[in-house]
Amino acid sequence: MGKRITIDPITRIEGHLRIEVEVEGGKVVNAWSSGTLFRGIEVILQGRDPRDAHHFVQRSCGVCTYVHALASVRAVDDAVGIKVPANARLIRNLLNGAQYQHDHIVHFYHLHALDWVDIVSALKADPAKTAALADNTSNAPWGGRQYFKNVQVRLQTFVDSGQLGPFANAYWGHSAYQLPPEANLMAAAHYIEALRMQAKAARMHAIFGGKNPHPQSLVVGGVTSVADLTPDRIAEFLYITKETQDFVKNVYIPDLLAVASFYKEWGGIGGCTNFLTYGEFPSSEQEPESFYIPRGIIRKRDLGKIEMVDQQKVTEDVTRSWYVKSEPKHPFEGETRPIEENPQYDPDKGQYSWAKAPRYDGLPCEVGPLARVLVAYAKGHAEIKAGVESTLKQLDIPASALFSTLGRTAARGLEAVAIGEAMQGWVTELVENLKNGDTRTYQPYEMPESASGVGLNDVPRGALGHWIRIEDGKIGNYQYVVPSTWNLGPRDGAGNLSPVEEALIGTPVADPQKPLEVLRTVHSFDPCLACAIHVIDPHSNEVYKIKVV
Amino acid sequence: MEKGHNFYNRIKAKGVSRRDFMKFCTFLTATMGLSAAYVSKVAQVFAAPSSQRPPVIWLHFAECTGCSEATLRTMYPWIDELLLEVLSMEYHETIMAAAGRQAEEQLHAAVEKHKGKFICVCEGAVGTKFNGGYGKMGGRTFLEIAKEICPQAAAVVCIGQCSSFGGIQAAAPNLGGWKGVGEALGIKTINIAGCPPNPVNFVGTIVNYLLFGKLPAVDDLGRPLFAYGKTIHDQCPRRSHFENEEFVEEFGSPEAAMGYCLYKVGCRGPETYNNCPVAKFNDGTSWPVEAGHPCLGCSEPNFWDKMTPFYEPL
Repeated sequence: MGKRITIDPITRIEGHLRIEVEVEGGKVVNAWSSGTLFRGIEVILQGRDPRDAHHFVQRSCGVCTYVHALASVRAVDDAVGIKVPANARLIRNLLNGAQYQHDHIVHFYHLHALDWVDIVSALKADPAKTAALADNTSNAPWGGRQYFKNVQVRLQTFVDSGQLGPFANAYWGHSAYQLPPEANLMAAAHYIEALRMQAKAARMHAIFGGKNPHPQSLVVGGVTSVADLTPDRIAEFLYITKETQDFVKNVYIPDLLAVASFYKEWGGIGGCTNFLTYGEFPSSEQEPESFYIPRGIIRKRDLGKIEMVDQQKVTEDVTRSWYVKSEPKHPFEGETRPIEENPQYDPDKGQYSWAKAPRYDGLPCEVGPLARVLVAYAKGHAEIKAGVESTLKQLDIPASALFSTLGRTAARGLEAVAIGEAMQGWVTELVENLKNGDTRTYQPYEMPESASGVGLNDVPRGALGHWIRIEDGKIGNYQYVVPSTWNLGPRDGAGNLSPVEEALIGTPVADPQKPLEVLRTVHSFDPCLACAIHVIDPHSNEVYKIKVV
Repeated sequence: MEKGHNFYNRIKAKGVSRRDFMKFCTFLTATMGLSAAYVSKVAQVFAAPSSQRPPVIWLHFAECTGCSEATLRTMYPWIDELLLEVLSMEYHETIMAAAGRQAEEQLHAAVEKHKGKFICVCEGAVGTKFNGGYGKMGGRTFLEIAKEICPQAAAVVCIGQCSSFGGIQAAAPNLGGWKGVGEALGIKTINIAGCPPNPVNFVGTIVNYLLFGKLPAVDDLGRPLFAYGKTIHDQCPRRSHFENEEFVEEFGSPEAAMGYCLYKVGCRGPETYNNCPVAKFNDGTSWPVEAGHPCLGCSEPNFWDKMTPFYEPL
């Protein structure tokens, strides 16, 4: 009988997550993932004006800001039966791309890095050697002995104050930390630079979206930010895109590879089996054919066989979740309700999470950067393929290493590069449209009395679907199935583990009192629990046929 | 200034000129509504020897983390300066290195060590139905945690709509009995309203506290008057269009391109107290009306129910 370890709260994520693992012989042999907060946004939407939905659902998450609003307006656009003008499509793509850039930078440095980087060790580094390391590995615009000495002094001052703040009572000195002090100091300096870069990158949302977090320029039918389609404003946006992309290419990716080179054994830990992506970034009205990031499903890690996505095969299972019992249903069917009591946590036999268990054809599927990169790679996507091959070569690891915590983390960086490059093309396209006299940003429409629509999207954390049914001109039914629900939900009624639960099996744990290794894999999924649990399906007896895509 | 571990010397070492530093203090002072005479005093707050930075314990309840993210966007001062030189962020789940048991130990140690002296920042609403069972951390409900920790703080600052007034989850039908922290506990809180608020308003409140040793003057909803004393409408650059009855009636129209008043497409500016037109977001880049979209009224209590449908005029 192994030892049970509970980690609650999991920190450096969004939302409220509890992870429990059973450790035997120094490795994880079983794992349970539990979301501990339930808010009810899908219920709140019932009976409201469909045009308002995207403002409500955007508040599913402020880390994954924008993405739910995007998915929502697309679903309602679909229900109403309109296509937005090209400029609106481009601006929506640009805001999505900006979100990817921002989200991935913050994730790597501020949510994930401290699992791999020992801040206290940075205090012992030799600044001159750190400068030499940085010269060799990074193209960052800041460096030199004095620069790293200043960072070190700043950190030392902070530590000497005795007030360790966010660094207090952590796992410094843990045997699983493998970076030399100089690498730790380099990473710490870039952690601080990244704190400033993200504030600057967020201005992209403010330019076309009014503000960040929670941009406010999307509407059903298009976008409203017409005053920002001037040369100087677009140039401002382009400037920030380029600055952010420079950071991704010259700082983030080199740091990622440098850190990964010390942790290559993580290419064999934390992998999943099936992968799903809806695809993203339409370059015309043809969907999904024109997507920059392609749509597809991979079963059993078979990169030779990419299936098309049939979203009728998406179901959510609530057997092990705190809802009234029900058979697994497609988002538009069935009747599920949260239990109306203080939930009892029973991971061994009963219900143990507020998250539901999404399944595709009954299978758990990993969603997110790795799913996207694998599908794109298998489909011969030029930029992604080049990025993957270069990464495998530089780290000298086999392709099988992609199916792991290291692979997932590397994929996040690779797609940031590709999307950042693509964004500059979209800006050029926008400028060309405007030069040619097409300034349309909005498609007028009539709200139908009854209609149904769906928006399938891929956003930084993975595959995101929003489904709406309009009845008497109001929201009759609203459902969304979210990336972190796919990745961090519980087991289903058939006993299949969710992706994170499967990924944790086999993780080495050197010290059960300090389960740092467990955090590495959990964080690699970039969990967002506020997204994962938005709540119950509204009562519905009708079966709705979703278009096969 | 003497060598030492003070904020001014550190930013000087990073190449920020004294001129820029004073510009920043001036901006912050102006935002806080203080006279020019206070500029040097604000400068002193940040230049003071940081032998003991003021402790802050940040609690997350039913929230989306948008308010933490908004704070991360601060550029006056930068978030790294706020975290490393100005405040001592004793507990913040989004950024802290420790997890699980170590995180909980840190929370309790910080509360114990700084009892009566820490600022408790609350983000997110507290559930009251089913004994608060819809929201838990470390096996305890948010209600239990708030009841234990908030009374031990020197002050409770609610950042955002959820902790101030209940927020999105409190919108009808409010399945979890979600309430703002003040209402759930029956205590007075200072409420930095907005969904999310402009970080300038949060930082301004903290600076006011560091400067005067007390929190700024507030309105009857607990919102600092320096930021929430006037309506959007009274500060709006499109006000002359309102007065001239020049309205946008449909998005994408020539009137929209001309930046006409958004009243007829649902702007809540006349009934919303906040400083968005003046402070603007993300280093003064923009705000919703400038981006062509009506104000939602997101700094008003229960705006999700009271201000909807958003696109129908008031």
